[in-house]
Amino acid sequence: MASIEAEKQRGKYAALAIAAVVILLGIPLWWKTTETYRAWLPFSQISELDSLQLQLSVEIEVVFSRGTLSPELQSKVPLSQTREQENQVDGKTMLRYRYETKYRTATIMEEDALNQPSAEEADLSLHMLSESACGSVVVYIIPESSTLLPADMNVYVGKRRTALLRAAPFEGAAGLKEVLSSLEPQVKQVADTMSFSHQDILAALSDRIRIGQVSKERLADSMRAIKSSPGYEITFSLLNPDPKSHRLHWDIEGGVHSYIQPLLDKLSPLANFSVDSQILYYAVLGVNPRFDSSVSAYTLNADSLAHVINPVEARLGSNAASSNPVLNFLLYVPDAQHSPLFIRDHSKKEVTSNAFHSPRWGGIMVYNVNDMYKPEAEFPVDININMAKVMGVFLAQLRLMLGVQKTQPPPGFVLQSPGSAGLADWELDRLMWSRSVENVATASTTITSLAQLLDQIGNIVINDNIAQQVSSAVTSLQAAVAELEAGNLAFALQYSKEAILASERAFFDPSLLHLLYFPDDQKFAIYIPLFLPMCVPIMLSLLKIASEIRQRRAEKLAKKD
Amino acid sequence: MTSGCFVARVAFGVDARVEKPNDVTGPVSSSEPGQSESAAVSSGGPVAAPVSEADEPAEAAAGGAVSPPDQCDEELVLRPLRSGDIYASFQFRTQWDTDFLHHGKKVSHYRLFPKSLGQVLSKFSVRELHISFTQGYWRTMQWGQPFIPSPPGAELWVWFHNTVEDVDGNWKELVNVLSGIFCASLNFIDSTNTVQPSASFKPLGLGNVTDHRFLRYATLPREIVCTENLTPWKKLLPCGSKAGLAVLLKSEKLFHSSFHSQAVHIRPVCKDWQCTSTAWELRQTLNVVFDIYTSGQGKKEWSLFKMFSRTLTEACPLASSSKVYVDVTDNPEGELFDLSPVTPLLSTAVVLGDRRTYSVYDLTKKETFGQLRSLNLVLRWKGESGDMLRPLLHAERYVAGFGLQTGEIHTLIYNNHPYRAFPVLLLDSVPWYLRLYIHTLTVTSKTRENKPSYIHYQPSKDRLRPHLLEMLVQLPPHSVTEVTVQFERALLKWTEYTPDPNHGFYVGSSVISALVPSVVAMDTNSTQERPLFSSFFPTKEESSYFVRVYTEPLLVNLPTPDFSMPYNVICLTCTVVAVGYGSFYNLLTRTFQVEEPSQSLAKRLANVIRRIRGVPLL
Repeated sequence: MASIEAEKQRGKYAALAIAAVVILLGIPLWWKTTETYRAWLPFSQISELDSLQLQLSVEIEVVFSRGTLSPELQSKVPLSQTREQENQVDGKTMLRYRYETKYRTATIMEEDALNQPSAEEADLSLHMLSESACGSVVVYIIPESSTLLPADMNVYVGKRRTALLRAAPFEGAAGLKEVLSSLEPQVKQVADTMSFSHQDILAALSDRIRIGQVSKERLADSMRAIKSSPGYEITFSLLNPDPKSHRLHWDIEGGVHSYIQPLLDKLSPLANFSVDSQILYYAVLGVNPRFDSSVSAYTLNADSLAHVINPVEARLGSNAASSNPVLNFLLYVPDAQHSPLFIRDHSKKEVTSNAFHSPRWGGIMVYNVNDMYKPEAEFPVDININMAKVMGVFLAQLRLMLGVQKTQPPPGFVLQSPGSAGLADWELDRLMWSRSVENVATASTTITSLAQLLDQIGNIVINDNIAQQVSSAVTSLQAAVAELEAGNLAFALQYSKEAILASERAFFDPSLLHLLYFPDDQKFAIYIPLFLPMCVPIMLSLLKIASEIRQRRAEKLAKKD
Repeated sequence: MTSGCFVARVAFGVDARVEKPNDVTGPVSSSEPGQSESAAVSSGGPVAAPVSEADEPAEAAAGGAVSPPDQCDEELVLRPLRSGDIYASFQFRTQWDTDFLHHGKKVSHYRLFPKSLGQVLSKFSVRELHISFTQGYWRTMQWGQPFIPSPPGAELWVWFHNTVEDVDGNWKELVNVLSGIFCASLNFIDSTNTVQPSASFKPLGLGNVTDHRFLRYATLPREIVCTENLTPWKKLLPCGSKAGLAVLLKSEKLFHSSFHSQAVHIRPVCKDWQCTSTAWELRQTLNVVFDIYTSGQGKKEWSLFKMFSRTLTEACPLASSSKVYVDVTDNPEGELFDLSPVTPLLSTAVVLGDRRTYSVYDLTKKETFGQLRSLNLVLRWKGESGDMLRPLLHAERYVAGFGLQTGEIHTLIYNNHPYRAFPVLLLDSVPWYLRLYIHTLTVTSKTRENKPSYIHYQPSKDRLRPHLLEMLVQLPPHSVTEVTVQFERALLKWTEYTPDPNHGFYVGSSVISALVPSVVAMDTNSTQERPLFSSFFPTKEESSYFVRVYTEPLLVNLPTPDFSMPYNVICLTCTVVAVGYGSFYNLLTRTFQVEEPSQSLAKRLANVIRRIRGVPLL
């Protein structure tokens, strides 16, 4: 009898040993051999980025010229002040603006410069004296008696990064503190105009935050402007639907060189631009213009403009050489039977430029040539297109598309027109501020959604290459945020561009798709012929052992009782 | 004269200073005495005239002030074939005047030249690009030589600038971009079907590049050509399909044909005979053979309207010339067919070694369209057509052998010239999964061994590159030369099979390039205005003309497994493992004990019966 007991015991041990081997050796082996390769990703850093805490630092230099401060106050400057402003936009986004203001008195050379007869000359000679860093603002406080500004204006904003501010005379008894605090609202207003305002930054973040927080006007501006990207392709197309009647000549090389290129050169820190042009024959608009006998002309109404673009776009062709966003500018010369053609706005009035634009796509201009020849002229007629007229319209549209909108100056401000470059330094700074913030927001959104996706779908293989892209995106993002915090605008923009590139490359990598469609039920079907017959005896014997143990314990308890 | 120079001539070299290819891996025989006659290598015609770099800037400056006029021409050639079919060949040529030889200057303004192709040229530093899409096989024996030959499926060959460092990288990106432009599956071109022919494909345009490191050649014999390829092709035309000859290009008619081939050829050319300035030439060709006889209820009669369901009403207003040519060589007295409307314009051209006469319809002239303002050419056959002149060179190819292990590729090259022998270059690119036994390569003509004077063989590497075999073979007069080579079929990995593996695997056409002796003197004067169809391959000498012949592609069966097998194998192995494991497990865990032997079934049955009967139990 004892031998039978020993035999039973041995059977139990054997079952337990096999179960142990299966659990300790078999399952890890199976797990190891069938797992998908997933490189390590900095998930913790990514989740930190998810809640975006941006600090933007602006350096403001306030320079008091002679006659604005009393001598005893002059001895107390230079000094510097820091003012911070915090904005909790939503649960995940926080903005902190930090204005580092340095106060000092003007040097002798600056005094000389400020004694120039006009504000423009003063601006130029101040610029010759010192080059201020990208993103910084210099405000010169000039006495009320100064003749640099017209009587009813208080602030002059120059072509570069300097502004002149006419200060009201300070009461003789006032201490420095009072003087500075009375200046502060005005300086803040200048800084808002020349670097960024809260609304600008909110508009740049419009993808991330709820719409309601951004003012309507800013939102329209930001939706019109094409998304921030490291490069843009600008394509000018001349549409000639009627080559039998019109032989068109346009000097696009010259037009681009003298109108578009200066602006693009100025914008080169923001992105790479490439410009090309083409002529498309027999390209027609998608809608038939209506003949209006009252003006004996064909008209396109504002609500039909939406249907114009799609049929034309099929002819434009995509850019074969790069995947940057394309801005299209079309010059449409109506055919001889359908001219002249005028565009009418919502109030049925003719649009003077005869052009319209489509947000984030480009612009279309209608160019009527019917009055350039007599009806009895012999077809085809040669027509030279007036590039100054065309390029003026396209340049305005291009500025809108790039987000270089005309700033509406607050009352009392004089803005110096930027001249031939088309863009003042501080306007570029404004654009760089909002573009850096936009890039940081976009890249962090891309990276967090990628991390979320990879986290949720365990079947996706994560190559080392992707892991490297993700970490470089994260590093650049952190660097961009740090540079923004330090106030180095140029570096911040550079890093944010790198972050966008790396994050997009990681997100759109084709290798992420490889094992995605390998559903669990198929895996189950493969495994079941092996696992079922192996696991059932083990489970049964384990259950039997467990029930025996329980029974014995119950017997023991009963015995004790 | 070395055989290398000979190669250069046959290969249509634009440069006479071709060195002997130095990476010849196969056995190269020394020059044969019979080749001395070919020593007269033409000394670089006007096409090859070197462009002097010195006077270029002046030209560019002069051309910069006024926008240089681009130019485009269009042309349709109709050739009635003796079989009753009709061969229609469209050619559209766009010349883009730009000083592309100056590197660094970005050209980005396009007039007539399509922007998408221009961007491709400048981005990938392409020097010459030839791409063709073909549906159907050109039957040389029945139809004669086509103006521009092409193999079935897709073919792409590209010369890159010699400044390109990463040719393979450029090539890879280029095929992807081109597959987007032409809506074709060119993205299947990779290193396993790309070769660098050493002599067969020489640049057709300007330039003296002969280093085949910058050449890439690939074919996709499986490619199906259809409407989606035609639409982007038509988009490249300056007039689109809105005016000119292109209105005839209706896909429902074009693809209802025996043969359809569309191609794009881009090359740098001289603008004038002195070659003081250069231009990009874009040639778009479309060749189609209509089987009018069977689709026309047995009537041998055709018209433009019947073929294309359109008539011509105008020329493309941008084209500087727009002409329709009808081949009337066989019909000098009007005994074979009637052609209406009758045109007084006749022109003769020497094309493919033959002097042909054409009726010309100039679409830029108003009187061509007559009273109805539309041109509908009608041709009615009168007599029975006789036999066609056999083409001097043609070739065919097939796979021999049985079973799924080995096989043999036979290539037959026919020289139908009664008394002249001439050399041909044979190019074979065979995928790696057919393992060629190159030691079994035999070349025989007239039952005697024919030793190739030049062999370039590059063995394949599994999953990396195909076999490349190039040979220069002398064809004796009036003979058949047979090239055979044996191969073994490889077993593929299960993911490498195509979705329909039992259909078989395609092997691209062999390419035979030759300078065929001409019956009539060829026109070597390239300065003279010539119709487009006769000016694609530049002619260097009067006594011969260049021909490229493509053989049929091969369809080879590979050993194909049953693809449900893996699952069956998994199930079967699992069952075996489970049974083995189960008995082993039982053996280990069961306890064995002696049991009281129970009564047997017979005994129990007997007891039941006994109980019923009331007899004592056993």
